[in-house]
Amino acid sequence: MTCAETEIMLHALLDGELDAGHARDAEAHLEGCPRCGAQFRAYREMQQAMLAAQLRYTAPMSLRRRIDMTLPSAPQRTSSRRSVLKGFVMGTALSTALAASLVIAVIRTDQDQRVLGDVTSAHVRSLQGDHLTDVQTSDQHTVKPWFNGKVDVAPPVVDLTAQGFTLLGGRLDYIDGRAVASIVYRRRTHVINLFVAQGAASEDHGPRLETMQGFNIERWSAQGLEFFAISDINAEELREFVEKFEAAFQPANRT
Amino acid sequence: MAGNGGDAHQDKARRFRDAALPHLDDVYTLARYLLRDTADAEDAVQECYLRALRYFDTFRGTEIKPWLFAILRNICRGEFVRRSRVTLAMDDTTDDAEDAAPLWQEEQASPETEILRQRDAETIRRLVSELPDPFREAIVLREINDLSYSEIADVVGVPIGTVMSRLARARSMLRKAWVAEEGLPT
Repeated sequence: MTCAETEIMLHALLDGELDAGHARDAEAHLEGCPRCGAQFRAYREMQQAMLAAQLRYTAPMSLRRRIDMTLPSAPQRTSSRRSVLKGFVMGTALSTALAASLVIAVIRTDQDQRVLGDVTSAHVRSLQGDHLTDVQTSDQHTVKPWFNGKVDVAPPVVDLTAQGFTLLGGRLDYIDGRAVASIVYRRRTHVINLFVAQGAASEDHGPRLETMQGFNIERWSAQGLEFFAISDINAEELREFVEKFEAAFQPANRT
Repeated sequence: MAGNGGDAHQDKARRFRDAALPHLDDVYTLARYLLRDTADAEDAVQECYLRALRYFDTFRGTEIKPWLFAILRNICRGEFVRRSRVTLAMDDTTDDAEDAAPLWQEEQASPETEILRQRDAETIRRLVSELPDPFREAIVLREINDLSYSEIADVVGVPIGTVMSRLARARSMLRKAWVAEEGLPT
């Protein structure tokens, strides 16, 4: 591979777009050519700096509302009936006790909607301005003690960087009039807020997907804690996050 | 019976909301970088969602984000170009000019290998915004909107080779502007 070819190829290498053979060729050239090698490192540095800075914009609430109002909306009744059905389909293998708690969850739909609304607002707020994290660190052992005395739970903080979800830090937030812990993760350029509150339900329940204002929300409870994971990443990736988190949080229960 | 049509309509609207609304920030981000104006960006995004719903039946792909981007881009190129002082020279002949001057020749005495100082998001956003249209579009779709080369090629409607050369050019220009911004001697 010549310098002229590498000039273009190093970008494809940077972007993970080269097949194994071409990647090997490009890497070999970069290793042997100091000038191309330096250039590659320079662009990689810039790419990482761009990734670290939050360069995305957040759509203003006014625009979100404007679009929300211009799109025809499904009636509330239809959507809640759907979520009940989804719940029962998911729960076929679950105990009757759990099914009963689903019914309770359905009855308490108004309160749920309010809580989900709070979760969504808190998520949107966290993306605006410079208040994503109160304690900014990728070290789980720094984040966890930080919450001591600030919230009435000891939130589990697990580092999922190796699984593709980078731990950014923690933040204190308010959901349903209570102080809750938010643990902040990043997936590529997308922020995931994981809210942890003291659980109201005595039964653990598995993750349920909700959508509000276009955000995906996974809600579940385990070991007396109530979890809400919210992000604009797609539903599959958010579910993957929940699974990775749960696997790290309570490995014993998952086997 | 009359209700069925309504239900189907409602169902389509609901599916559209679930699929398209999670990408609102992405679409808005692209609009901000393409149009460089907050109010124009908001109008373009709203128009994009209305058009997308109208054509949602024709959406056959698996990834809705590039599809939304393509719609947004058409809107930005169309009426918004005529209305505002922004000119999106997307059918650029500049590519030829770029090809005529190989990148690697200009790098000799350039400050490309200087250590980059960390810049705040506002500064980087401005530097990106100052890039000429086709290059700004390419680097925003790649680095900020997280699209693959083939997705960018689809959205922009150019071959992958053109995506690659535009990205190379965009990074070279951005890096120069970034270093110049720091006031370091070249």
